[in-house]
Amino acid sequence: MLDSKIPEGPMKDKWTNHKSKIKLVNPANKRKYHVIVVGTGLAGSAAAATLSELGYNVKVFCIQDSPRRAHSIAAQGGINAAKNYPNDGDSIHRLFYDTVKGGDYRSREANVHRLAEVSNNIIDQCVAQGVPFAREYAGYLDNRSFGGAQVSRTFYARGQTGQQLLLGAYSALMKEVGKGAIDLHTRCEVLDIVVVKGVARGIVVRNLLTGEVTSHSADAVILATGGYSNAFYLSTNAKACNVTASWRAHKRGALLANPCYTQIHPTCIPVHGDYQSKLTLMSESLRNDGRVWVPKQAKDDRSPKDIPENERDYYLERKYPSFGNLVPRDLASRNAKYVCDDGFGVGATGEAVYLDFADAINRLGKDVIKARYGNLFEMYDRITNSSPYQDPMMIYPALHYTMGGLWVDYNLMSNLPGLFVLGEANFSDHGANRLGASALMQGLADGYFIIPYTIGDYLAQNPSGQIDANLPEFKESEQKIKDKTQKILKIEGKKTVDDFHRELGKLLWNNCGMSRNEKGLKEALEKIPEIRDEFSKNVNVPGSDADLNQALERAGRVSDFLEFGETLIYDALHRKESCGGHFREESQTEEGEALRDDDNFAYVAAWQYQGVGKIPNLIKEPLTFEEVPLSQRSYK
Amino acid sequence: MKNTIELTLKVWRQKISEDKGKFETYEVKDIDTSMSFLEMLDVLNEKLTLEGDEPIAFDHDCREGVCGMCGAIVNGEAHGPQKATTLCQLHMRKFKNKDTVVIEPWRAKGFPVIKDLVVDRGSFDRIIAAGGYISVKTGSAPEANNQPIKHENAELAFDAAACIGCGACVAACPNASAMLFTSAKISHLNLLPQGQLEAKERVVQMVEKMDEEGFGNCSNEYECEAACPKEISVSNIARMNREYRDAKFSV
Ligand SMILES: Cc1cc2nc3c(=O)[nH]c(=O)nc-3n(C[C@H](O)[C@H](O)[C@H](O)COP(=O)(O)OP(=O)(O)OC[C@H]3O[C@@H](n4cnc5c(N)ncnc54)[C@H](O)[C@@H]3O)c2cc1C
Ligand code: FES
Repeated sequence: MLDSKIPEGPMKDKWTNHKSKIKLVNPANKRKYHVIVVGTGLAGSAAAATLSELGYNVKVFCIQDSPRRAHSIAAQGGINAAKNYPNDGDSIHRLFYDTVKGGDYRSREANVHRLAEVSNNIIDQCVAQGVPFAREYAGYLDNRSFGGAQVSRTFYARGQTGQQLLLGAYSALMKEVGKGAIDLHTRCEVLDIVVVKGVARGIVVRNLLTGEVTSHSADAVILATGGYSNAFYLSTNAKACNVTASWRAHKRGALLANPCYTQIHPTCIPVHGDYQSKLTLMSESLRNDGRVWVPKQAKDDRSPKDIPENERDYYLERKYPSFGNLVPRDLASRNAKYVCDDGFGVGATGEAVYLDFADAINRLGKDVIKARYGNLFEMYDRITNSSPYQDPMMIYPALHYTMGGLWVDYNLMSNLPGLFVLGEANFSDHGANRLGASALMQGLADGYFIIPYTIGDYLAQNPSGQIDANLPEFKESEQKIKDKTQKILKIEGKKTVDDFHRELGKLLWNNCGMSRNEKGLKEALEKIPEIRDEFSKNVNVPGSDADLNQALERAGRVSDFLEFGETLIYDALHRKESCGGHFREESQTEEGEALRDDDNFAYVAAWQYQGVGKIPNLIKEPLTFEEVPLSQRSYK
Repeated sequence: MKNTIELTLKVWRQKISEDKGKFETYEVKDIDTSMSFLEMLDVLNEKLTLEGDEPIAFDHDCREGVCGMCGAIVNGEAHGPQKATTLCQLHMRKFKNKDTVVIEPWRAKGFPVIKDLVVDRGSFDRIIAAGGYISVKTGSAPEANNQPIKHENAELAFDAAACIGCGACVAACPNASAMLFTSAKISHLNLLPQGQLEAKERVVQMVEKMDEEGFGNCSNEYECEAACPKEISVSNIARMNREYRDAKFSV
């Protein structure tokens, strides 16, 4: 049975009570404790800086050449907080409520409540660091409504919120590096988590420039390594995003929770060719003024301007008269897929729908539209060579965010003592669907305001063991990594790493993407081992392991996706209900909407590794809802 | 309507820092003009791999123009011919059929080449570590709206904060100066009231670190601004120089 360690007491007092009860490490002793932080996105940078400020000995690792380049940098829209500056009725309770409901009742209430509680501290901290949030003319902070929220609680920094927040956390991190308090290792990839007598005691790392494999021991290890959207090959994530650290921790015993909860964003630039390397997100805010449509006639290849009004199907407005184009992400995505599957899609591939601003431009004038979306229109134009002022945009959904991740308790510790997981890498706060502007909030909450308390509690109870990185557990792991590298280099097959990655990605997208059914999932379960098998015999990775070898890096990550993908499918197959981003065709209402099955599935599915290709073991953490009554979503 | 072109690429190949390195010529065909520049390199790399050659090493990550990881000199221009555009956002429609395209890494004393097009920009991190922050510990921040900020200053600070740290400014400068990068961070922080307390130490420490890292001086060529994908203004350099002088005389 999984113990989530949720503190006693009323919801609103849990975190306060917990903080007042946890054990503290004596300030003079903090220096004796070594903490490893893997990842320098919002979660990792915030955690590393804060733990170093507290006096712990911190070592940090990341893949990119600088901590500032972590994937968090790409977030555009904004970050939520319950400040209620606009005086429009927001509160901690409302943010908590919306997040639980938005997660389609598959998250842990206590975690979400804590997230809402610390949200305001995040804004204070970031502003003090110099994060240039948007301001009104009077000089006070500006807010906007985001992703269909009924209050304006989103703080933003032009279209660069992630960049500015990350630069804030990065500057805090570099302040500690400058003092000599943090030992920073860039261009390093963590390839194993070392567990000694059941406790996480360190990591094994490959230096990406020299190929050198080294061990690092510590009193606790923090993974803040981001999400696994790139299992699907094409996604809005940065190219280096991966599941490696999480998957290898999983192979050492850490449970993996709800991997089938993936989020697909409705407004991305469609795929235009086989060479395509990533998909670009176009901000959700576009749906505030853009109207989504397809031709009424299938395979209509006229230019959009030549299709008269009465031959267009504004299908979101037709099906959801009260929410129209502003329905939640999952509904907008699924409906785009349906119309394209039925042959109404547009563009060269037939996998796109129009997002049309003509009405808005007529109504508000080009200048207003330019002020609102000018930079987005420019970006679209740069990529597609088409101007949204003249022609409707073409959009299609794409993989964007992963709610699933390593299982953690209320203290953000995995089931392996000493292994903590923060940010997108854990499963904790978003249930089956994440609301816009709440990933940045969660990453910074975890890093700045939660882990500093909960890790202290753990360390205080586990006096520093000064583990030796020469223990056999480390050496064996180093050897295994070196052997695996040599093996991959020797295959010298006929396909590239990307060939396999694309093949896996297409399979996951088609069979476990926007909508899923038993037949498709079972088919994926047959095909993934075949791809994996061929990979081990027929991949071609040129070069050596003694210098920078980007194909070798990718090969390691893709080999993990090929194992992980199967667990993702097992999870999707076992969850016979629809919820949030997980739509099982067998479980829908008469109107074709997602139908939850609370009697049978109101739990977290935590999977335990049993070996490559073996069915993982399911462990359930039941979910109870005390504060937010269970109800079915409706957007009609 | 697929539009394809063929190109002759002359690409800098250098196995390790210590090697001399040289240009290699590659012919690429059937390049769809809606590809990005990096996708074109991907296609070439796939081909090289299957022919038993080592693919060209180049840095990239977000491919959205925001992480600052990508960059190369393309036909003599940092990030290539399109204004205000990173290499990952440059598309092949900007090239003509049968063009010759010369691709080299950033070249600067402060950015040693690691391999092929990949360089070491660790010096930028060290400049930030010397003072590119506001020393506020987690937990000690006051209520965010206690201090309103003049709209104009907030906007100017933001313009400077938009720097992605790619290094194009250094690569474009005949003196390999890092003044645009360094001054952008200093302006971002020193223009805000929160950044005032440490403003003097900041400018002195960062400028001195920049010199120590081997970056050259500014001789007002303005090539940095022209190459910057985020259009960071050279007025930041003037502001930095002013603040540096004031700080040196008063410290
Ligand atoms: C295009 C886009 C727009 C978005 N917009 C928003 C938004 O407006 N609002 C919002 O709230 N959220 C948004 N999100 C989601 C949000 O950006 C991410 O969920 C969040 O930034 C993740 O932060 P993180 O710290 O958990 O991980 P990341 O930022 O992904 O960082 C992961 C870190 O781990 C390191 N790493 C990974 N594996 C290893 C390894 N094996 N060894 C060593 N290091 C490793 C990486 O180098 C990196 O430093 C957006 C996402 C995308 C893709
Ligand atoms: S890859 Fe991120 S800016 Fe080009």
